[in-house]
Amino acid sequence: MELSSEFLAQAHYWMRLARTLDDRAIVMHKQGKIVGGMFSQLGHEAISVGAALALGPDDVIAPMHRDLGAYLVRGITPRRMVAQFFGRVTGVSRGRDANIHGCGDLSLGIVGFVSMLPASLPVTVGMAHGFKLKGEPRVAMTFFGDGSSSEGLTHEAMNWAAVFNVPAVLIVENNQYAYSTPLERQMCIENIADRAANYGFPGVVVDGNDFFAVYQAASEAVARARAGDGPTLIECKTMRMRGHAIHDNMAYVPRDLLDEWTQRDPIARFEQRLRERGLLDDAKLSELLVRIEAEIDDAERFADESPYPDPAIVTEGVYR
Amino acid sequence: MMREMTYLEAIRDALAYEMRRDPRVLLMGEDIGVYGGAFKVTQGLLDEFGSERVIDTPMAELCMVGVASGMAFVDLIPVVEIQFADFISNGFDSIVNFAATNHYRWGAPVPIVVRAPSGGGLRSGPFHSQNPEAWFVHTPGLKVIIPATPADARGLLISAIRDPNPVIYLESKYLYRSLRGSTPDGEDGVTPIGVAAIRRAGDDLSIITYGPMVHEALTAAETLAKEGASLEVLDLRSLKPLDVEAILTTVAKTSKVLIVHEANIMASVGGEIAALIAEHAFEHLDGPIMRVAAPDTPVPYSPPLEDAYRPDATRIAAAARELLAY
Repeated sequence: MELSSEFLAQAHYWMRLARTLDDRAIVMHKQGKIVGGMFSQLGHEAISVGAALALGPDDVIAPMHRDLGAYLVRGITPRRMVAQFFGRVTGVSRGRDANIHGCGDLSLGIVGFVSMLPASLPVTVGMAHGFKLKGEPRVAMTFFGDGSSSEGLTHEAMNWAAVFNVPAVLIVENNQYAYSTPLERQMCIENIADRAANYGFPGVVVDGNDFFAVYQAASEAVARARAGDGPTLIECKTMRMRGHAIHDNMAYVPRDLLDEWTQRDPIARFEQRLRERGLLDDAKLSELLVRIEAEIDDAERFADESPYPDPAIVTEGVYR
Repeated sequence: MMREMTYLEAIRDALAYEMRRDPRVLLMGEDIGVYGGAFKVTQGLLDEFGSERVIDTPMAELCMVGVASGMAFVDLIPVVEIQFADFISNGFDSIVNFAATNHYRWGAPVPIVVRAPSGGGLRSGPFHSQNPEAWFVHTPGLKVIIPATPADARGLLISAIRDPNPVIYLESKYLYRSLRGSTPDGEDGVTPIGVAAIRRAGDDLSIITYGPMVHEALTAAETLAKEGASLEVLDLRSLKPLDVEAILTTVAKTSKVLIVHEANIMASVGGEIAALIAEHAFEHLDGPIMRVAAPDTPVPYSPPLEDAYRPDATRIAAAARELLAY
């Protein structure tokens, strides 16, 4: 797959924006601007950005808490996202939902997730089922994790996707740990994607830290879905590089495992490829990072200046 | 125009009426298409509307409700049939954590209806007789309705399908074929959600009830009328939202309250109504708020046990006499 330099520059921007926002959010949490929990997506940038970039403008997506890049690519601005983290009225959920939960906006085709993963899986399958019933050439994509692959609902939703042959792209981010529980306590097989064959649709395994591999697999799955050939399960192998949430020092993860995955950092690998093609040098990178820091400064200022929700509206919006 | 039909036929009539009116309305459930449903509620609908609008699904309630929410996001209006209300626990998370919270969290409405045949009296044992309404009444973001008459079975279901929120529609299996009634046609018979109905006017005591117990209460009121007591029977019809005004009005009128439901008593809808009355109508009360409900046990199978479990007109009349004499 030959990708244009403009497209690669865009992908680079989104991955760097996701990582910088993620890093900065940890600082904001330490400053007390973000209260409660905070979920880092460090190491998942190639998956969320690579998969989201494979969608067309009318497609829909249901990301989870490691997919900051997907929200940004599909149109949630850093301003709205930081305001969301700060619990402000200008945030995506207007102060209703916590951190990156509930960041849905139907006008952008984004469905917000709930903590009970993989609750977005049947919802995504339902959107895809709806597209099929209505004869619309649209695709629905979602993400879940190795932990939620053990839930019974994952089985129900994948089976449903197969039975009705719906245009869905199901991405499982296998990041080795579900909170503190390692993979060998979730499953006894090598690949989650191998289960797809038993439902009757393709399952593919990709290196989740390789943007090009993720983008290619996602693009093929989107094309298959749009052509009416049904769902695909894509397993992206990666590593959760920080704790489950900010309070978690993940002492249970062997140090050398993290060192090993640090060597496979998705952004470092992507930038190496750009340098090899003559599309990136130190000056260009530094210019990009300055631009992104300024964008996040602006978002933080916007969120700082945004009001909290009026306590008087606490009961508003339960019903339409 | 009024038509005579059973409670079950009224439900089918509402589904067909809404499906003819709005092409976005579709049905999903286990065995609802070719077979016509475990109780034949959807019989004939596959022939009229086709397999893309009357969808036989895999056995997967948790997925089904999630799928319904997804369909709602792409401008469809799914009506899900849970084969027995007892099985709604399999779909619980998709209902209470996803569908019910969505509008509050990020503003997207979830216009789905979950139909669930509920209640006992049919010798069907612990897992085909349950009354799970209290779980859902306790969940912000849901509406919960239970019709007691064919007219309301039709009228409330039409309102549920048109409501932009997730609605739990509990239909009484006991009344499916045992109750016939005059049912309005067209738009005349659309029953608004959240409005109770006085089924019998009286002055001495109010029975506040819903679902199949409305009829047991009416029988008890008839018995007591012969003994010289005048009982009022209020059919709530909607448990969430509750018609608080109608409840407080009947309490102010009679000053004695007997709350009746088929569900077991602990942490039930009746407890909430009693609390509302205690808070807002204490000065009107002329006796203790009393309740007749099932005991806090699973629903038993054997006829003598189920009869001891399920409230009926005799037990309602006995409680009413005790309260009238207070």
